[in-house]
Amino acid sequence: MATDTQQLARQILSETGAPVIVFDHVRLAFDDRVVLQDISFTLIKGHTKIILGASGSGKSTALKIIVGLLRADAGVVWVNGQRVDQLSEQQMMAVRADLGMIFQEGALFDSLTVRENVGYKLYEETDMPLEEVDKRVEEVLGFIGLQEHIDKMPSELSGGQRRRVAIARAMAFKPSILLYDEATTGLDPITATTVDDEMIKLRDLESVSSIIVTHQLRDAFYVATHMAQRDAAGRVQIVQATAAKEKQAEFIMLRDGLIVFEGDADALRASTDPYIRDFLS
Amino acid sequence: MLPLVARWGKHAALEVQEYVLLTWATFHGIVTRPIYRHDIVEQFDLIGWGSLTVVLLTGFFTGAALASQSGLTLDQFGARPVVGRLVSASMIKELGPVLTALMLTGRIGSGIAAELGSMMVTDQINALRALGTDPVRKLVVPRVLAGFLMAPVLTIISDFVGILGGWIVARFQLQVATGVYWSSVTQALYMQDVWMGLIKPFVLGFVIVTIACHVGLRTTGGTQGVGKSTTVSVVAGSVAVIAVDFFVTQALIALMY
Repeated sequence: MATDTQQLARQILSETGAPVIVFDHVRLAFDDRVVLQDISFTLIKGHTKIILGASGSGKSTALKIIVGLLRADAGVVWVNGQRVDQLSEQQMMAVRADLGMIFQEGALFDSLTVRENVGYKLYEETDMPLEEVDKRVEEVLGFIGLQEHIDKMPSELSGGQRRRVAIARAMAFKPSILLYDEATTGLDPITATTVDDEMIKLRDLESVSSIIVTHQLRDAFYVATHMAQRDAAGRVQIVQATAAKEKQAEFIMLRDGLIVFEGDADALRASTDPYIRDFLS
Repeated sequence: MLPLVARWGKHAALEVQEYVLLTWATFHGIVTRPIYRHDIVEQFDLIGWGSLTVVLLTGFFTGAALASQSGLTLDQFGARPVVGRLVSASMIKELGPVLTALMLTGRIGSGIAAELGSMMVTDQINALRALGTDPVRKLVVPRVLAGFLMAPVLTIISDFVGILGGWIVARFQLQVATGVYWSSVTQALYMQDVWMGLIKPFVLGFVIVTIACHVGLRTTGGTQGVGKSTTVSVVAGSVAVIAVDFFVTQALIALMY
């Protein structure tokens, strides 16, 4: 019976438009401080959800709840068809197998080389032969254009390179969902754009569903309004997104633990809400 | 005043609860899979081999100073030849285990708290969890195993070099014949003393490393928090070593003597 249900869930999730992450009336407080009051949203397979909000509005907390680093006080959270809000740490490990997270500042393991960081999960948590892991690590670093840094330590990399290595680490085991926590915060605009491009490439070329938490409006709109495609020679190009593609990137604005806006880039730009106008200016 | 005491009490109870939970998770991690063998070997090297120099120096000079001081006292009773007995009994039963543990607290405890604390404040621990690794299995179990098993080895080495340091002082400063010294060393030793000297470091090694891991994994507040954790780890570890040594001594005396 359980197997039938799991098969049905897998079948539904494999279809276009399937909900891969569902937040249903989620609430979380630390003592008297309510971080998330009543948050509900759905991430559709292959789409991007961009969560905006001021510092302390609960953006990163939402991501940590999805990946099981924090537990919600109330509400229901579904990830890939599995209810995760009541799972133990051990049970969450299976959910995390298809879930990658990029932390603020990268959170690279500073005692490991770039190769060991990127291949960490494959080296440590799988039985994949070492040659195959090395091949995958080189492939992923090639995708983000950092092959030549493979044997460096994280301390030898620039801020932007560290974020890109963090993306490479999160994508090395081919998860279908990636969560970006302030991946471009603190980077200069040019470096931030290289990180944005990686997010776009992963979404459009690797069909990765993503949630992007940021308060960098420029990066949020760039990811929402651009798409990646290959030209006739197989080279990857970042171009202006089609109208249909733009609709696949949805914005959420958080304020004091509540969603004050949900819609696409055009709707966000057209919003007359004073707080949103203030935030966008 | 009362709310302050209540808050302190709640905080202390929470710390104890978290320490017990970590200890339980560590035991569970030791007896179940996955086991990170490479990390275990690395920690044995870091904690065991890496602490050898400091333990050798501490043991040697403690034994030497002990012989020198004891010589003065024993002279008052004309008992200088039994200096070896005093050195061996003191080193094996008390000074070897406690001083080695204190040295390990300073060297290993601070290092573990700083390392895990840095990993906490830079989200590396969360990254480990997000990548499907249990931080207790990956970081705590190898360190606890290494501390638990290497502390007795280091203590034995410390005991030996301490007695050796005592011999050098006895022979060249106190003019006690080598044969007299070494026979005095062995004459005073009973099996209970040896057991006491061997059992204590297992307990102390476990306590030092679990405290350091607990403090490290509870670090908050950026680099300032890391500094605070390092200090707390050394202070709490040192006090725990002295206190646990007292209670273990009492328990072993009751059981063996």
